[in-house]
Amino acid sequence: MRLLRIVPDDTKFDFMRFRRISFPMSAALSILAIVLYFTHGLNFGIDFQGGTLIEIQAKSGTADLQRMRTTLSALGLGEVQLQQFGGPADVLIRIAQQPGGETAQQAAVEKVRGALGSDVDYRRIEVVGPRVSGELLYKGILGVFAAIAAILVYLWFRFEWQFALGAMIANVHDLVLTLGFMSVTQIDFDLTSIAALLTILGYSLNDTVVIYDRIREMLRRYKRLSMPDLLNVSINSTLSRSIITHVTVAMSLLALLLFGGPAIHSFTATMMFGVVLVGTYTSVFIASPILIYLGVGTGRTEHVETPAPATDTPAPPAKASPPAAAKARP
Amino acid sequence: MLYFSRWKAIAIVAIAVIVCLCAVPNFFSPQTVARWPEWAQRHVVLGLDLQGGSHILLEVDANDVRQQKLDQVRDDVRRVLRDAKIGYTGLVIRGDTVEVRIREGSDFQTAYSKLRELSVPLGGLLGGTGQRSLAVSDTGNALVRLTVTEAAMTERIRQVVEQTIPIIEKRVNELGLVEPTVQRQGIDRILVQVPGLGDPEALLRILGKTAKLEFRLVDVSNSPQDAVQQGRVPPDDDLLYETRGGQKYPVLVQKQVMVSGADLTDAQPGFDQRSGEPIVTFRFNTAGARRFAQVSQENVGRPFAIVLDGEVISAPVIREAILGGSGQISGSFTVESANELAILLRAGALPAKLTPIEQRVVGPGLGQDSIQKGKLASYAGAVLVVVFMFATYGLFGLFANIAVAINVAMIFGVLSLLNATLTLPGIAGIVLTVGIAVDSNVLIYERIREEVRGGRSAISAIDAGFSRALATILDSNITTFIAAAVLFVIGTGPVRGFAVTLGIGIATSLFTAFTLTRLIVASWVQWQRPKTVPI
Repeated sequence: MRLLRIVPDDTKFDFMRFRRISFPMSAALSILAIVLYFTHGLNFGIDFQGGTLIEIQAKSGTADLQRMRTTLSALGLGEVQLQQFGGPADVLIRIAQQPGGETAQQAAVEKVRGALGSDVDYRRIEVVGPRVSGELLYKGILGVFAAIAAILVYLWFRFEWQFALGAMIANVHDLVLTLGFMSVTQIDFDLTSIAALLTILGYSLNDTVVIYDRIREMLRRYKRLSMPDLLNVSINSTLSRSIITHVTVAMSLLALLLFGGPAIHSFTATMMFGVVLVGTYTSVFIASPILIYLGVGTGRTEHVETPAPATDTPAPPAKASPPAAAKARP
Repeated sequence: MLYFSRWKAIAIVAIAVIVCLCAVPNFFSPQTVARWPEWAQRHVVLGLDLQGGSHILLEVDANDVRQQKLDQVRDDVRRVLRDAKIGYTGLVIRGDTVEVRIREGSDFQTAYSKLRELSVPLGGLLGGTGQRSLAVSDTGNALVRLTVTEAAMTERIRQVVEQTIPIIEKRVNELGLVEPTVQRQGIDRILVQVPGLGDPEALLRILGKTAKLEFRLVDVSNSPQDAVQQGRVPPDDDLLYETRGGQKYPVLVQKQVMVSGADLTDAQPGFDQRSGEPIVTFRFNTAGARRFAQVSQENVGRPFAIVLDGEVISAPVIREAILGGSGQISGSFTVESANELAILLRAGALPAKLTPIEQRVVGPGLGQDSIQKGKLASYAGAVLVVVFMFATYGLFGLFANIAVAINVAMIFGVLSLLNATLTLPGIAGIVLTVGIAVDSNVLIYERIREEVRGGRSAISAIDAGFSRALATILDSNITTFIAAAVLFVIGTGPVRGFAVTLGIGIATSLFTAFTLTRLIVASWVQWQRPKTVPI
């Protein structure tokens, strides 16, 4: 049986040269994302903004959005948004935070129920008061930073500080771009978005760590290889794994996106963008080349010739085999 | 890496099988499982977003507690000074302090030391925190200020929550709901979770009410209309309102309480024998009955007010002395509201007001839909990944697929063992785990491919592939695990469910990568003695 080879065995793509394009591009995109964040903003869901969310299903089979809108806007509840959610009978109603503290929110729900009557099924009602929403936002932000810090410390223990720093820069880059994506698409930013962000963080690092692991191994093994060559070899030899893994993750996410229903739609869409698109790109084009600038391997000299001990000699790195490596092997 | 001692192999398989078996109760109906021995009953709990239900977060009204506390301090000051026969003026509550001015300068030192005694150490005898209940200060000008300390407030709120929880539990249970949970959250909050509820509004109605019932005499010597118009309420009265037929009528009610709801032993909904209207019947305890008999005897022909949470339910005229210790409340009740009031009265009044600050209700229909969609997405994801892995790695892909299947079974096993809650994002976490559980296999297989290209023999390449890849697998999974752990700590409800399945998924996929996959491949190598690696 012929097996599927997504990445040919002798791939020798010069990723390092691409850094002259990828770095400015990433910088530009990051700035764009930040600008978007401040001009467009995020579409805060009720978790972080407070307010009321009601999901209803019209018993007749199709919801008359226009009529509902007129009915509800007559209630004087401030901003009321209606949105088709899933099928033609399903409508999502959002009511902004009501002035007058915690009990005012409950009163708003009562009013809506009174106005829509019994023509509809109430599938979901969520009311988040001002105090809780403030705390949830605070906890969410705290969580993201705590995760970054914890992961940094872990990487610092396992690798050298340059690697931890490189991973962190890559990380922040991922988060900024994902926030930019959420700003452009105006996807609901709520607690599940924080979950998505943290998962993106985890997976992007997962990918980075796999490449870093290889770089560390190569650094120990091939003392004479120049840094850009070494990074190229490392990335090329892990490329097949990166692609295959991301295909499987993308398949899982695709299944969730297509069949998981509207409730987790924004969650999976964000994850798809963050894990599959940005995360992979970052580990290859940002996290690895940045090690050069952080001074990894600057002490490497062209003169020292230390072939690794024969017993521990591993297989040379794929077909990318640079001349120095080939010579090192007796 | 490819050698396993017999015992080790058996242990690995045994662990996998046992953990997988833990998932078994989930495939049987709850009725069947209930007949099994206790240890075999652990199963995955469906989250409120999947089975439908209500999640309501209540907060103790700190202002209400503070007000009660200040009233109590004011009464204490009055009592202490009266007992010591010390003259005072201007005993008032100002902000969060009680102020009192001592009339005679010669009394001041005595009064001051007496008032200082009102401040007691907090936390009883053992909890020597050094904190006191009141800060008493001499502000000069014969004025003493008593401030309730923050520590005392926190302590009191803690007590209020403790007293409130059993009352809430009683109320919820009396509504006839299945498996409700009532938990303290933080210092001043109570989380009520009720699965599968038809009428979430009813739950909210009975949770939000303090249910402070009082029987008080109506002041008939003053006109309530005058009090409303002139805005002057007699000092011993409260101006309350009674709602009848959608109209509000003012009633002047004496401050003094004849009998309170605390003296009730029972309350039941019923129907008035003459009018057929829904009513609530009640019975007093001995002390309450005696007190009610005495007051009603002395006040035949006068109206008294039945006051619930500061609103007059009804104000009937006492026709004759009520000696039996029981009575009935009629107002404009419906069958439902009479039943709810009876429940509230039986469970008792809350020590302080509660405010719902977060409410999430999912109807059973949506929950069912979510389960359907979650299942579909899981199957679709699994099929895609399985086919892809087989196409990429052939026989080894099959090994990986077996490992992933065992992995998912083990996730359910661990979830059952922990009685963990499965939510819709939790299902997403499992689907995602399928996507990444294969990553460990991919890492190993790619490494084997590389080693083969490097010129190693089949068996040596497989061996080297495993030993090199495992370190990487560990490193890369720990980062994701840290993210999951943080999410578990900060998240609530559905999001926490995601963190749980993701974390467990990482743990089980590490287990399968380090043991099962290796064991499967090792057995295959021993059996086939391959010359080439088929990947």
